[in-house]
Amino acid sequence: MHTSTLSELARALEAGETTSEALTRETLERIRAHDGRYNSFITVAEERALEQARAADKARTDGRAGPLTGIPFAHKDIFCTEDLLTTCGSRMLENFAPPYNSTVAQKLDDAGAVCVGKANMDEFAMGSSNETSYFGPVTNPWGDGLVPGGSSGGSAAAVAARLVPAATATDTGGSIRQPAALCGLTGLKPTYGRISRYGIIAFASSLDQAGTLTRDARDAALMLNTMAGFDPKDSTSLDREVPDYSASLENDLSGLRIGLPKEYFSDELSPAMAEQVRSAVREYEKLGATVKEITLPHSHLAVAAYYVIAPAEASANLSRFDGVRYGHRCDNPQDLNDLYLRSRSEGFGEEVKRRILVGTYALSAGFFDAYYLKAQKVRRLIQQDFTNAFNEVDLIMGPTSPSPAFAQGDKTDDPINMYLEDVFTIASNLAGLPAMSIPGGMVNNLPVGLQIIGNYFDEARMLNAAHRFQQVTDWHRQVAPNSA
Amino acid sequence: MQWETVIGLEVHVQLATQSKIFSGASTAFGAEPNAQASAVDLAMPGMLPVLNEGAVRMAVQFGFAVNADIAHRSVFDRKNYFYADLPKGYQISQMYHPIVGKGEVSVNLSDGSERTIGIEHAHLEEDAGKSLHEDFQGQSGIDLNRAGTPLLEIVSEPDMRSAEEAAAYLRKIHAIVTYLGISDGDMSQGSMRCDCNVSVRPKGQTEFGTRSEIKNVNSFRFVEKAINTEVERQIELIEDGGEVQQETRLYDADRDETRSMRTKEFANDYRYFPDPDLLPVEIDDEYIDRIRDDLPELPDTKQARFITEYGLNADEAAPLVQSQTLADYFEQVARGSGDARQAANWIMGELARLMNQNEVEIQDCPVGASDLATLILRVQDGTISGKLAKQVFEALWNGEGSPDEIIDKQGLKQVSDSSEIEALVDQVLADNQAMVDDYLGEEVAKKQKKKFNALVGQVMKASQGKANPAQVNDILQQKLTSSD
Repeated sequence: MHTSTLSELARALEAGETTSEALTRETLERIRAHDGRYNSFITVAEERALEQARAADKARTDGRAGPLTGIPFAHKDIFCTEDLLTTCGSRMLENFAPPYNSTVAQKLDDAGAVCVGKANMDEFAMGSSNETSYFGPVTNPWGDGLVPGGSSGGSAAAVAARLVPAATATDTGGSIRQPAALCGLTGLKPTYGRISRYGIIAFASSLDQAGTLTRDARDAALMLNTMAGFDPKDSTSLDREVPDYSASLENDLSGLRIGLPKEYFSDELSPAMAEQVRSAVREYEKLGATVKEITLPHSHLAVAAYYVIAPAEASANLSRFDGVRYGHRCDNPQDLNDLYLRSRSEGFGEEVKRRILVGTYALSAGFFDAYYLKAQKVRRLIQQDFTNAFNEVDLIMGPTSPSPAFAQGDKTDDPINMYLEDVFTIASNLAGLPAMSIPGGMVNNLPVGLQIIGNYFDEARMLNAAHRFQQVTDWHRQVAPNSA
Repeated sequence: MQWETVIGLEVHVQLATQSKIFSGASTAFGAEPNAQASAVDLAMPGMLPVLNEGAVRMAVQFGFAVNADIAHRSVFDRKNYFYADLPKGYQISQMYHPIVGKGEVSVNLSDGSERTIGIEHAHLEEDAGKSLHEDFQGQSGIDLNRAGTPLLEIVSEPDMRSAEEAAAYLRKIHAIVTYLGISDGDMSQGSMRCDCNVSVRPKGQTEFGTRSEIKNVNSFRFVEKAINTEVERQIELIEDGGEVQQETRLYDADRDETRSMRTKEFANDYRYFPDPDLLPVEIDDEYIDRIRDDLPELPDTKQARFITEYGLNADEAAPLVQSQTLADYFEQVARGSGDARQAANWIMGELARLMNQNEVEIQDCPVGASDLATLILRVQDGTISGKLAKQVFEALWNGEGSPDEIIDKQGLKQVSDSSEIEALVDQVLADNQAMVDDYLGEEVAKKQKKKFNALVGQVMKASQGKANPAQVNDILQQKLTSSD
């Protein structure tokens, strides 16, 4: 069954060809047998998953099954799951089992989906290669020694390795789309506020958004149908109707206006990558879309603004990890200061500390105006760029990442180079726009991501465009050579 | 050198909402430690604040009460610092865009003058928890029940020029918040706390001296004492050739001195920035109008009404409106007795004396307003003498029954039966022949009057104070004239 997509599994369950318990057992066995190679899971929830599977089968017998009932999937380990370890990839939360569910976890529970475990990730979602996890790096099923991207690297590797058909993920500056690109998957980051952030361990609150990693757009639509919606527990979630994202997948694309930002085809992108993206866009022309060049003139400022705003917010968001109430606490603290100093020094890894320091610096007296406020101004300019662009086009397309999957260790000593992995993805987080990455070609036998950026709440149109593309291409059907 | 004192106050008022400002936990006082701390208050990972509308409404009410500008858009900021009883590592406050802008209050001083004190702004924020340093064998206990309790911080202009003005201002703020019912104003429980910014300057100098901030002064009396003590310290320091340091000081009421807590070099850099978990608070005119229309009568209006409706003068009315409970009590007595001046005299005289003596607040006063009204009526209708009324009042205070029961039980009813009084007069004249002779022999009118009064006193004494004094006068006069 592992060759099937989520939608195919849903059909099989519906048809009575298999049961959730059987699917779940198979999934758990495959994780046990193969995940040593990828390290894509931090926690595997065998008993809990089997219980959920049996409950799902019962729900089906009782006629209470929905599209996700009984489907095994993985949560990125940033989603709080009741009584199940939620580490956020950090030693700080190595033993933390929250007494509550995130809204996303609750919705998927309620839909009868079966969480088989918690996927590895960069520590506190800070990273672009899944090398900052306290629980070890994740390996991309597309090649030994290759990174899966980050921070949702575990979620991506688990889906690309065909251990699970789908995984939840989060995207603060590209953490869904870049791993999707590097692992040949469909990754969707919806509009900021579309999915509740309640119970998702915060990295940068104004940028964090939950989403999905799946094999195709049809599966992403199914997941989004369940995950999206207003949540009174998250003041930044938006009270807007959730359409049936599956219903519009087959819509005709003729007349669709696509914009290609000229800034996204600059020197940062190798000619081979650029050619793959352009060739993917040509498929859209065949489907009836019109393509034009557009400009997003402030694109070059996005990474700089992001690396002020995100660390600034993170520096405050991570203050709660102080060793007082939960999480890692140092041995024999001498006083309060010693408790803070050692608990945090021991509990956080290098990249997390770097960003806390950067953020603290950016907010400090005397620097606040020059860094934080200026970055916010840039953020508004970037938003304005997109607003202008969407007056002319329906969707914006371009590369997701500057290069395909790279080797582990390649960029770990060069944080700036690592940060540039997100050069094409960050702007949509700053603007709060929905964006996705779909497999759009290959370079050196490695997947290349095509990024699709939509206007606010235009996920249905994006999924429609992605699905129609996937009907006429088979990049998304390429199987990673090292998959299980 | 003549010195001038400059004082500004920061008053923290706990708002009387049922639940906390950003969580659903109860704000009731006195629960077991940490019994009223939700996952949000504990700053568990992934938890998000949701603003309690009640706190916004109360802040707007306060804004109207001090004639302030109400901000249609206010923003919550994070104030970052580490402390064990601050679970998130930041306090949610309003630094840059407070909900209440500039306003003012007027205060009455003991010399009969009135001063207007400016309010710079007032903002909403959350309270921290409490650290308990005793009973834990060298460790500290943390109680987070108070964490997240809504506070309104009211920041005055540096407009006060004496400790008396500061105390009067604080009383006025207290009156306003209790009138509005937005706080119980209980300083002993910490529902209202005050930081005093104090500086001195040579009289006539326009620029301010260096100020010190006295933290957490928790009674009206201590505010006056702490400021006077600090002013003395500063003047002495300067006159001895020293300089005032900008620093935070603590007031020790037992030793009546202020002590340095931390100097400017060690002041925190709070790194304020807008809280990305909360949307700006947007309120429209309709909302504001509705609150304005529902405002209760406030101290200044009530004082004006007492003057016109009850014929009191400003000196009589001002103390009565200091608290809503006292003002209500006065109105009940005034209406019940039909004699507002007597009501005011009793309340500010005997009642105030007994309350002071027994350290009782008006809400715990054992004499009911209707009983006091009855007592005043009994004097009016001649049932008892004004002198004996005080005795009845003390009995009322001691809970010995209703006024009529006490008058009855203690046999205090005024004797107005002329034959009874005549008998008494005859007896006194017979028993005090010397005094009678003395009186009759006196030729200086003024001295004669004095001797007459002595005889009246003898009769009153013989009647145990119950004889109607006017009748005693008449009958005695008659008898003495006839014996000429």
